[in-house]
Amino acid sequence: MSTPDTRDTPVAPEGAPPQDRVSDYRKLEESITLAPVEQQIAERKEELLTLNMGPHHPATHGVLRLLVSLEGEVVRELRPVVGYVHTGIEKTAEDKAYWKVIPVIERMDYLAYYFNGMAFCGAVEALLGVEVPRRAQYLRVIHLELNRIMSHLVWLGTSALDLGAISMFWYCFREREQILDLFEMSSGQRMHTRYIQVGGVFEDIPAGFEAKVRDFCRTMPERAGQYEAILDRNEIVLRRLRNVGIVDEQTLLELGVTGPLLRAAGNPWDLRKAAPYSSYGDFEFRIPVGTVGDNYDRYRVRLAEIYESVKIVEQALDGLPEGPYITEDRKIALPPRHELGTSMEALIHHFKLVTEGFRVPPGEVYYPIEGPRGELGCFVRADGSSKPARVHMRDPSFVNLQAFRAMVKDSYIADLIATLAMLDPVLGGIDR
Amino acid sequence: MPDATGLELLAQEVGDADPDAVLDTIYFRERATLIINPARARETLELLRERGYRFLASLHGVDYYPEEPRLGVLYELLDMQRVDRLTVKLRVDTEKPEVDSVVEVFPTADFQEREVYDMFGVVFRGHPDLRRILMPEDYEGHPQRRDFPVGGEPVLFTYNEDSTPGYTK
Repeated sequence: MSTPDTRDTPVAPEGAPPQDRVSDYRKLEESITLAPVEQQIAERKEELLTLNMGPHHPATHGVLRLLVSLEGEVVRELRPVVGYVHTGIEKTAEDKAYWKVIPVIERMDYLAYYFNGMAFCGAVEALLGVEVPRRAQYLRVIHLELNRIMSHLVWLGTSALDLGAISMFWYCFREREQILDLFEMSSGQRMHTRYIQVGGVFEDIPAGFEAKVRDFCRTMPERAGQYEAILDRNEIVLRRLRNVGIVDEQTLLELGVTGPLLRAAGNPWDLRKAAPYSSYGDFEFRIPVGTVGDNYDRYRVRLAEIYESVKIVEQALDGLPEGPYITEDRKIALPPRHELGTSMEALIHHFKLVTEGFRVPPGEVYYPIEGPRGELGCFVRADGSSKPARVHMRDPSFVNLQAFRAMVKDSYIADLIATLAMLDPVLGGIDR
Repeated sequence: MPDATGLELLAQEVGDADPDAVLDTIYFRERATLIINPARARETLELLRERGYRFLASLHGVDYYPEEPRLGVLYELLDMQRVDRLTVKLRVDTEKPEVDSVVEVFPTADFQEREVYDMFGVVFRGHPDLRRILMPEDYEGHPQRRDFPVGGEPVLFTYNEDSTPGYTK
């Protein structure tokens, strides 16, 4: 026990009976009023506490580092620091033949590998001027939409985990496993499948794949309904998401935000509808939009997108056209295996493609698609050789992160975690 | 996308407002590119913003080595009302790689200009916080330039940590 501080306080003299001390305390207590303190104790700026979050914080969805300036529990300033998983993929891509770029570029945003491949292949196809067969376009759509559901499931599971709901994580990863099994069936890999190739897709879907996808499409809406039943009437979820992190549409547009975040603020901008690519114009689906632009709308928009994606997959399976799954242009796509034994020309093409790769005429193309997190654009500059002279990915996570400050400024630090979860950044895509 | 005629009309319109602004136009694979004078970058982009291209979708750098001027900065503009895209391109040399920042016109350019500065060494005049973003702050060189070799950074092992200067000190 330390000696009590006796400055200015009326304390009974040493040796006084204990009951006198108590009465002195009562006197002291009565002297305290609840009137506001006029005297400013310190400058407001001096009271700010700068706190480092991450880069290894489990709730930062990767290795994101945040420098947060706090006034009490309120966030007054926030600065994201990125670059901890920068692996130089854009530089690596300049040293590889076009078809060998696909596997490395898929590893940027590791939850949207089909989208990365699609953006890159779309840009190269535009440079080459090659026509993609309709069957390949439909197969691409099927896999892209399954990938979108998969990405949203990972988002939902980990976000619910950040809010303290661990069971959602197991449910979402159960469905994600089913999608990964489908990817494994069609391409051999669960992640980073390099299924989408320049001019089409790598392989036609195997027998039994369609039935399995239909099976999945039957169960997925039901399961998404169960998620809604768990979360939508949960007091904790509603209190932490409703009216938190509101940013208006205009600010989001100025900050370059696209995807579910922009749609949650009421702007129905979706490249699948606005500028359809890969036969998206053939399918009927709706674009979910929010009204308030808070975290709850962001959650609802993504959940509603799962239903719409299931609809697109079903329609693509119904209308899957017959025909080749990759372009017949032998200068770009590998010849079928059976031709190699009989055709010298096919053998030469195969040899040229595997050793050097195809050459792409000089030019620059920016090819945007709608990724799970927003506009995913790939810029490719070709110089006429068989390797790209520049590959740049406009990753939506990287651009969307700029809006994070606007979302959490002047709100509680506990809401920062919830808002970061609803922002859905993937650091592999941010740092590339 | 504006078609080839639309691009020429747009170039004419920008040129009327500012005779020095437009240097060239490229129409390639149904994509329109406007090549502008780097000294007039900010004014031209402001003008295009007023003309409807209100959304800056992307901003990236390119190294055109061995062509001169070597470095390029590309602005991918988007008009959401007409679903129209326009690429605006400018070129600067490596001796004095300076362009006006467009952060005040398009706040989204903040991180993206920092990335171009980091990777190519293009200095954006008037940027509020021009620091490296992906590479470490004490890094030397601009790794996305074409003359920066792949594997140009020495790998630090136990056996060479004393002989690799500057890395452990």
